[in-house]
Amino acid sequence: MESLSNKKKVLEQKPLSFMERMYLPAIAKGMGITISHLFKKEATIRYPEVEREFSANFRGMHSLKRDENGKERCTACGLCALSCPAEAITMIAAERKNDEKHLYREEKYAATYEINMLRCIFCGLCEEACPKEAIYLDGPIVPADYLRKDFIYGKDKLVEAPLEMKK
Amino acid sequence: MDTGFIIEKFILVAVIFGISLVVAMYSTYAERKVAAYLQDRLGPDRAGPFGILQPLADGVKMFMKEEIIPTSSNKWLFIIGPGLALLCACIGTAVIPWGSPMEIGGKMVPLQVADINVGVLYIFGVVSLGVYGVMIGGWASNNKYSLLSAIRAASQNISYEIAMGLSIIALLLMTNTLSLKTIVEQQHGLNWNVWYQPLGFLIFMVCSFAETNRAPFDLPECETELIGGYHTEYSSMKLGFYLFAEYINMFVSSAVMATLYFGGYNYPGMDSMAVWLGPTWAPLFGTAVFFAKIVFFIFFFMWVRWTIPRFRYDQLMNLGWKGLIPLAIANIIITGVVIAIIEKF
Repeated sequence: MESLSNKKKVLEQKPLSFMERMYLPAIAKGMGITISHLFKKEATIRYPEVEREFSANFRGMHSLKRDENGKERCTACGLCALSCPAEAITMIAAERKNDEKHLYREEKYAATYEINMLRCIFCGLCEEACPKEAIYLDGPIVPADYLRKDFIYGKDKLVEAPLEMKK
Repeated sequence: MDTGFIIEKFILVAVIFGISLVVAMYSTYAERKVAAYLQDRLGPDRAGPFGILQPLADGVKMFMKEEIIPTSSNKWLFIIGPGLALLCACIGTAVIPWGSPMEIGGKMVPLQVADINVGVLYIFGVVSLGVYGVMIGGWASNNKYSLLSAIRAASQNISYEIAMGLSIIALLLMTNTLSLKTIVEQQHGLNWNVWYQPLGFLIFMVCSFAETNRAPFDLPECETELIGGYHTEYSSMKLGFYLFAEYINMFVSSAVMATLYFGGYNYPGMDSMAVWLGPTWAPLFGTAVFFAKIVFFIFFFMWVRWTIPRFRYDQLMNLGWKGLIPLAIANIIITGVVIAIIEKF
């Protein structure tokens, strides 16, 4: 029956011709191809020294943002932890004291904020969930480490540097 | 005179032994680099500049690893196997003429450990002994895969030795000698044997690929079917010995190919070079040329490995028995007829 798509190809199994049975022409052709690759540019990037350029929407390490006055934006509402499919985020909330007004934007803040980088799948749902624009996955690649406990990143690693330090 | 002779030979043996080990060491590095560049990668480049210290790091790793001898193995044979493989690989270098005699302090020193008049036969003997290391190791491991691999190695080497020997006979008809030194001296300048014996060289080369268990004939260590092949059960430096033996074998067979067919230390314009450089440095330059040829052949081994897929076992046997042996016999007949005609007229 004729095929409707007209894409069907009937394979014929022909016995090898003498030249094909000699292998040599095919081998010479193959060796030519491999030697040509000797002179091509290699695709390797020497990672620690050279870094690949990422696209604008690359999701790397998290950072907890500050507002224009250098106050932490996070209010410890817990929406990021709730939205996290890998359950990588935990936090403990605390109430802002009067003398801490220059540190935190709202009356409530995160006393501890931990992300387990081994659990995180870098999906970016936390930054979508955040109502205060406090968390973004705009950092570099999370570096390797030796111990599991060292992959639990606290506020010391996550919070953005203060404004004066940035300058 | 006798002590001088012994010292001279001792130094020569030590130097050649050292060089073949260093060449084997850096062949492992070169293999990884060549593979990388042929596949558009970089290869090892972390240990030292361009990764030049990688073989040392590998060596340290091999020595430091835990040594495991399976309880069900035959312990002594298990230990002897890799040693035998390495020994047989190393002693092949004894008869290869590394350069023309060199003048040191008014004395002519031949750059060859032993110029025995059955040099070619000696090489063949050593090469066939080499398979014992693989066979003993594979059998002593008491492992199905190792045993299968040992059997494969044995039958492959025996099959290809026949074609190899026959391809050499055509060459010997021309040279009338088995001494490697005389064979090299006959190929003065660019008068290389490969111009007279292209088919013989091709057969010899294919067979030496098979003898050294290199791709596309690396069935004894075919990972997809036999895990690691005959060295499945080996660890630590015993595994290192097997890998080392493979690279030394490659070095020796490259040297033999260069000696028999590509003129050894001969190169075009060597007579004027000999006048210009004097009797001490000209032989050393010839040795350098010889090593350049060897390096090219080692590169060729690697180039082929990263190009051609592995043969199936029946294809291997077909090629050996139905392809190469008839071709080698035809080559002998043609060579014999041509020599007879030339001598007649």
